[in-house]
Amino acid sequence: MIYEFLYNLIGSHIVASFISAVFPLAFLVPFALFAVYLERKVSGHMQDRLGPMRVGWHGWLQTVADIIKLVQKEDITASATDKKLFNFAPVLVFAGSYAAFAAIPFTSIYIGSNIDLGILYIVAVSSFVVAGILMAGWASNNKYSLLGAMRSAAQIVSYEIPTVLVILSIIVISGTLNLMTLSEQQSSSFYNWMIFGGAVAGWKKFVLIPFVMIGFLVIYISSLAEVNRTPFDIPEAESELVSGYHTEYSGMKFAMFFLAEYANMFAVSAVVVALFLGGYQSPFGYLGNTTGLTWLIPVEQFFWFAAKGIFFVFVQMWLRWTLPRLRVDQLMVVCWKYLIPISFANLVIIALIMVL
Amino acid sequence: MLKTEQMVLNMGPQHPSTHGVLRLELELDGEVINSVTPHIGYLHRCFEKHCEAMTYPQIIPYVDRMDYLAAMYNEFGFALAVERLMDIKVPERVEYIRVIMGELQRIASHLVAVGTYGLDIGAFTPFLYCFRDREKILTLFEMTCGARLLYNYIWIGGLSHDIHPDFIRYTKEFIDYFKPNLKELNDLLTYNKIFIDRTANVGILPLETAINYGVTGPNLRASGLRWDLRLDDPYSIYDKFEFDIPVGQGWHGTIGDCWDRYYIRILEMEESLKILEQAIAQIPEGDISSAIPKRVKPPEGQIYTRVENPRGELGYFIISKGQLQPHRVKVRAPSFVSLSVLNELCKGHLVADVVAILGSIDIVLGEIDR
Repeated sequence: MIYEFLYNLIGSHIVASFISAVFPLAFLVPFALFAVYLERKVSGHMQDRLGPMRVGWHGWLQTVADIIKLVQKEDITASATDKKLFNFAPVLVFAGSYAAFAAIPFTSIYIGSNIDLGILYIVAVSSFVVAGILMAGWASNNKYSLLGAMRSAAQIVSYEIPTVLVILSIIVISGTLNLMTLSEQQSSSFYNWMIFGGAVAGWKKFVLIPFVMIGFLVIYISSLAEVNRTPFDIPEAESELVSGYHTEYSGMKFAMFFLAEYANMFAVSAVVVALFLGGYQSPFGYLGNTTGLTWLIPVEQFFWFAAKGIFFVFVQMWLRWTLPRLRVDQLMVVCWKYLIPISFANLVIIALIMVL
Repeated sequence: MLKTEQMVLNMGPQHPSTHGVLRLELELDGEVINSVTPHIGYLHRCFEKHCEAMTYPQIIPYVDRMDYLAAMYNEFGFALAVERLMDIKVPERVEYIRVIMGELQRIASHLVAVGTYGLDIGAFTPFLYCFRDREKILTLFEMTCGARLLYNYIWIGGLSHDIHPDFIRYTKEFIDYFKPNLKELNDLLTYNKIFIDRTANVGILPLETAINYGVTGPNLRASGLRWDLRLDDPYSIYDKFEFDIPVGQGWHGTIGDCWDRYYIRILEMEESLKILEQAIAQIPEGDISSAIPKRVKPPEGQIYTRVENPRGELGYFIISKGQLQPHRVKVRAPSFVSLSVLNELCKGHLVADVVAILGSIDIVLGEIDR
């Protein structure tokens, strides 16, 4: 959409694709800065302290100062590392989480690429992150990094299964893989959101609600695991593995991992929001419609999308600062013994309801 | 052909959860531990040798630096040993103040143990809650003697200062403040499902092994033996107070697992609060410096005195040749003994459990290395 618009404006495929590729960054970088600040504030207030207070009003410039610090830092590459892989890994991790933003609809007029297989594309492309993490762990030539990377790969690959199963059950209900269409289906009010049974007509809607809610819980839990957040932050389990696969990284490369982590946090939240909570749809209707200012609608949609996404990012932080972390084997048990059977049964039941 | 080999993983001395400068050499089969070898000595400061060149009162500040989380109790034990050697009877008020300080120190020390244990398991927030509460105790100490970590407060035959006039009131306030916080800590961490899963049935220390290795303190009690020097070998005025000795019962798993060791410390804090309440209510008036000797010059002889420090039996063996300096001072450090069972505890567990087990035996490296 944005691409076609730019192409018509500029007339060059290369320039148009380049600009549309950079577009999400304009959202992502401020978001990451804000999220890091939010994380510190959330953790601070949960822990009975204030968090950053010195740089700017209530420390709101703290993350900017941190970025400046990281840019200035010496870029250390230990001598025994595999240099090419070592340097490439953070880029790949970031690319994986960044590419997911291409298929996420921010408003009804903005989506990077309106492909029909949107949701599958996101699942597929975010697997790049695993490759990047393994690469980082291997190339660092550090046992802690390697252990962290192995754990991470096992974890992300396992938790993709329940995620995809839940996504499949949503596809069964909605009949589309395109996130834009999915969001359109959930329009007009929160009553039509997928978590409340979606826009399915009649009695089916009410029968669906409990199963969709189970699906929502499953996908949210697995999304926590996919972005390595507590209680599933085993790959970077600080108290065991120092910081897991990015132990050996410093300076800007470390910042890339950091940025990728926060980008990923938003990406999974955005997917959950688009699937279950109406995407960019407002829960009540639009101010733009009532006042007649149609240009206001996309702005409102963006606001709702960001607000929902950031709310789930906040929940992730909330959990992180409350819960301890599971052990590797327990993590696998949660996935293989609970989440996968539940989501599978859920898929079958939802499919049956839809067929009836 | 595929072949597997053991991986040797070096953990520490710069590692976030070795609780100080401890180096562990782990032999791993995948993520399963085959053996753990602790390498100690990074903090060795020749404490025992130094003592031979110093007068007795000069040793007290060095004693502080052994178990720096329980400095009051180290002083308590050392002062007690020298007093027994010299046959000094300290005034009643001094005994009370010592017990109050000792029990406050026990709470402070257990708070660090419990908080950092949560941190090892991955729960960050309880750690800061514990440190927030410990801060109140440190403020009480600061009010009393000016120092927050290393006090040089309990002297041979007395104390360096009397307590602040408001000390009793503030201590009462602290007790009232701390009780609900302990409950909050239990709700947040102790009974958390994930926490229980991580710690129950992990690192089981059978009673027999514990006794064979000489493990003492909360670690021994968690394995099921009711052994507390405050009652079993009473010193000072502990026989005047009513308190229980919690014993591990395998609440969520087997007796002597990590959860038991953790929970014993929580219970001991409650017991310490009981002692504090009684001591504060009964504390007599009096002079605190009347029994301090002008010159500490014990007669020829030797003595072994042990006290129940927050980590277990802290023993001082002192040989005096009738001089101003001791001829020999040997310390029995509870952490040192506790660390020696680490290998037994860790075998067959995962790497993640090493952290859980090491945290549960609650060692302080300053005391191990001395």
